[in-house]
Amino acid sequence: MKIFAGFGYRSGIAIVLLTMAFSVIGEEYIGRDEFLGLACGDKKPEMQTLWITEETRDAAKAAVGWFPPALRLRYWQEGNCTAWILEDIGKDKPITLGIAVSGNRIERVEVLAFRETRGWEIRYPFFTSQFSGLTLATDGYLSDSIDGITGATLSVRAVERVARLALWLDMQVNG
Amino acid sequence: MKKLTTGLMLGLCTSTAFAATPTIEEMWIIIQQQQAEITQLKTQLVLTDEVLKENSVKVEATATMVEQVATGETSLASSWAERTQIGGYGEMHYNNLENNNDNGADIDEIDFHRFVLYLGHDFNDTTRMFSEVELEHSLSGDGEPGEVELEQAYIEHDLSSTTRMKAGLFLVPVGILNQTHEPTTFYGVERNNVEKNIIPTTWWEGGLALSGEILPGWSYEGAFTSGLNIDFAEGDYKIRDGRQKVAKADASKPAYTANTKYTGIAGLELGATIQYQAGLGQGNYDEDVDAMLYSAHVAYRNGPFGLRALAAAWDIDDAINEVKAGANEQNGWYIEPSWLVMRDLGIFARYSEWDNLAGSDGETDISEWDVGVNYWLVENVVFKADYQWQDAPPGQKELEGFNLGVGFTY
Repeated sequence: MKIFAGFGYRSGIAIVLLTMAFSVIGEEYIGRDEFLGLACGDKKPEMQTLWITEETRDAAKAAVGWFPPALRLRYWQEGNCTAWILEDIGKDKPITLGIAVSGNRIERVEVLAFRETRGWEIRYPFFTSQFSGLTLATDGYLSDSIDGITGATLSVRAVERVARLALWLDMQVNG
Repeated sequence: MKKLTTGLMLGLCTSTAFAATPTIEEMWIIIQQQQAEITQLKTQLVLTDEVLKENSVKVEATATMVEQVATGETSLASSWAERTQIGGYGEMHYNNLENNNDNGADIDEIDFHRFVLYLGHDFNDTTRMFSEVELEHSLSGDGEPGEVELEQAYIEHDLSSTTRMKAGLFLVPVGILNQTHEPTTFYGVERNNVEKNIIPTTWWEGGLALSGEILPGWSYEGAFTSGLNIDFAEGDYKIRDGRQKVAKADASKPAYTANTKYTGIAGLELGATIQYQAGLGQGNYDEDVDAMLYSAHVAYRNGPFGLRALAAAWDIDDAINEVKAGANEQNGWYIEPSWLVMRDLGIFARYSEWDNLAGSDGETDISEWDVGVNYWLVENVVFKADYQWQDAPPGQKELEGFNLGVGFTY
């Protein structure tokens, strides 16, 4: 069993430093402009402003359970396609998400910024692609369940909440 | 007379008509006046447009300021607060368990098992601190059942967007529950006995760690930390007895941990950990009792169906058998299928086996069945109930009965 008996603290530090030196260079998250370029087909959507009244806020909370603390929301529109950039907190830090909606269905979900220590897997297509085609059910939840990520339950829930809100907002703009 | 009257009327009409028609000069004056009015109106329109635009900018600026005030972005103090996060969780349990072996009392107690506060702070976009303080069993102090523990306190720095370094006191990357154990995230009132007695959850050490992604969905964490310290002189031999909790911990013999996880399919996590302990007695005994831990797990969720399974085994230097025969092997495993009956109601069953004297020839393993239910009142509040029954060898507690719990996270 004493195969590693010669290991000491100096060798441990050396291993960590060596691994750091060879650490992989990271993949960047998709940017806002890149998301907007992908959101509504070939044509880039135009920026719009949705002013939020107290009635709107109350209606959103009643429908999907939450609303961000904002007086107005920026969104982008091209035809009946809308793109929303919204934030919600996963465990303790905000996650920035881009949601494209067309015909009351989610077209695309992209993670623009993720700041939590765990749960970064939510940015990968194997997770975000589950949202494509989902609609807002009458109970305010998504029309189908999302398979989560172990150890990232709160981040997954945050994406679901934002997706529900984007669908609801799209309905307010497009009817 | 008639002709005269007619002539006079014609004359009057003609002179009236001539008086109502302006001359060309008069018309020119009128046109100029009208043009001036048009120009004035146009100027007013432009000015009104400018005022409208100006007001629009002011409204936007006001809205931005109001939002900044609402979200606390307007002062240095609020900026500091924005970069500081607070959170936590808690769980209270009621255990009503009968000991079927005649070697101890039954358990009938209510306990606020854990109350935890998180505090984190981002120094900048790439460097942050995270800490977790826990009060266990509600009351700490001399002769009291509980403890106040620092479970996490580390600095984390991003070397790149997929590689991070950690220094300080942190949770060892092993198993399912050791790093994620908020009560709303797992089934069962109490944490399972395999991860408690074999891994041993909750397990933290002080040192350095490096974590990152190798490929999308495939991550790693390597840690170089303080090690376990089992008091062999007192006859201790169980892995759980060796946790030093980084409290003036003997640092003579470190530990090396390598963990990898695959989460590249929605709902799936595959994980494995290998750890080498250079000396479970920290060199305080004649023989260095070194040890290897091997652990693997799967956690899967597909729609309402969930499955968790884990196996962990310690291969310890035979010298430990001089303290307790058979302690050179300590291992366990469990499997836990679950079913989300409704969005907020789930049921589960778990079968576990663990043995801290697996190297002996005798029957020393304990097995346990658990069945139960979780009800999430809201996403972050859970009520739990389960029934457990154990099969333990003579001389060990064999507990059967029910557990109730309430947990929350925020």
